[in-house]
Amino acid sequence: MDLTSVYRAEYGRCVATLTRLLGDIGLAEEAVQDAFAKAVDTWETLPPNPGGWIVTTARNRAIDRLRRESTREARHAQALLLHQPDDEPEEVGPVRDDQLRLIFTCCHPALSPLAQTALTLRLLGGLEVPEIARAYLVPEATISQRIVRAKKKIRDAAIPYRVPGAAELPDRLPPVLTVLYLIFNEGYAASTGPLLRTDLSREAVRLARALADLMPDEPEVLGLLALLLLVEARRAARVGPSGELVTLAEQDRTHWDRELIAEGHELVRRCLRRDRPGPYQIQAAINAVHTDGPATDWPQVLALYDQLLRHSPTPVVALNRAVAVAEVHGPAAALAAVEELDIPGYHLLPATRADLLARLGRTDEARTAYDEAAAMAGNDTERAFLYDRRARLVQPSQGSSIPPAAP
Amino acid sequence: MHYMLGVQNDESVPPPTAADWDASFARVGVVNDEMKAKGVWVFAGGLLSSDSSTVVRVQDCTTTMTDGPFAETKEQLGGFWVIDVPDLDAALAWAEKCAGACWGPIEVRPFDGLA
Repeated sequence: MDLTSVYRAEYGRCVATLTRLLGDIGLAEEAVQDAFAKAVDTWETLPPNPGGWIVTTARNRAIDRLRRESTREARHAQALLLHQPDDEPEEVGPVRDDQLRLIFTCCHPALSPLAQTALTLRLLGGLEVPEIARAYLVPEATISQRIVRAKKKIRDAAIPYRVPGAAELPDRLPPVLTVLYLIFNEGYAASTGPLLRTDLSREAVRLARALADLMPDEPEVLGLLALLLLVEARRAARVGPSGELVTLAEQDRTHWDRELIAEGHELVRRCLRRDRPGPYQIQAAINAVHTDGPATDWPQVLALYDQLLRHSPTPVVALNRAVAVAEVHGPAAALAAVEELDIPGYHLLPATRADLLARLGRTDEARTAYDEAAAMAGNDTERAFLYDRRARLVQPSQGSSIPPAAP
Repeated sequence: MHYMLGVQNDESVPPPTAADWDASFARVGVVNDEMKAKGVWVFAGGLLSSDSSTVVRVQDCTTTMTDGPFAETKEQLGGFWVIDVPDLDAALAWAEKCAGACWGPIEVRPFDGLA
């Protein structure tokens, strides 16, 4: 019996349902933890509906606990519980809508971005505080303080526990998507330390799947899931045998996960049929092109970046577009576009400049740009990659792994 | 739930012209009327600038009075609404209207009980 995987799968859903039943996140967490502790003691084999068992047990233990306490929160929670008729279907197990409510509460714009991320990982992902602290390389005390403060604010300021109405959704959905995207990215290209934190990426994919399952009519939700799947599919090929970074062009495509790619492509096709494009859908489409056929169709990627730039005119999008420009129109045109950009502290700007300069044979300038990029890069693998590229500059003709396209 | 919607006033910039002031006053009046019609309005008022303020402290049975607000910052409380709504989302929706009416950021803060 694998209690750890039950915990991972059911924790967030059970906390979400208990939050609705008790009206308080802190009480809900305690009750669910109590129930899991009881499961460790009493389960010999897995019950047919583990989530249902946890919810029922947590609810009963919460009632016992609340009867012994007389604080204002306890009386409020008791009153809520007494008003829930026992025969309602939500009593038998976690309710899917509860999870959706909790995602929107955790990612409420009245909470700080770090608090949104930490709360989402703690409450919905069931990650422990030390795991979250390790993932973001901040002290455990910082994370637990943020979580405690956020939960206090949710209670004190009465941040509601519900899915926003259609009118509010355009404002409220983006922070939810951003949090899932950031969790995935932190797992994919860690800001410090080693390159990949697989568990964070998997958690983001799991949560994005749950969100897509709950909101199948929101194209940006499907777009985000497709994007994560298509990037996740290339994970195994992205790091070489000694842990080094492998660029897209050099990746062994037989190591890509075909199932994830097929799922991602199907989602992108669904989005195209809906024809309500947004930034996540366009990024998913770009990654669909990268993972379609034996090589990337760069003119199509460039056309998609043009479209993305119209939706999100940010310097980071412009930089990514320049990479496609290099493949379609050559490195000189791309360099001209890159020289106009200013993204303080972003190592991929000098890294891209370095690559373009190398391809143009401007070795000395390329070397300086690689140094600049390596000094800014946060994780060891990316830094090693940049030093390796810099070392190869000795022979200018071999400066780039990607042969320049005909201008 | 009761919330205070406090208007942040940047006292370092020149005050609005009489025409701007009248226009803002009219917009605030519309929001007030809407709040009253929806039954959320409790109290509201504008404050004079912080140079009219005095701080009173009582310590060890002696009272001291000092000129000026608590903190000498350029952002000061310019006025406020007190509203009674079900939750933060409702308060934030009203704050959006208030911010539009008076051209200043609004701080939304829940009350810890009322007298």
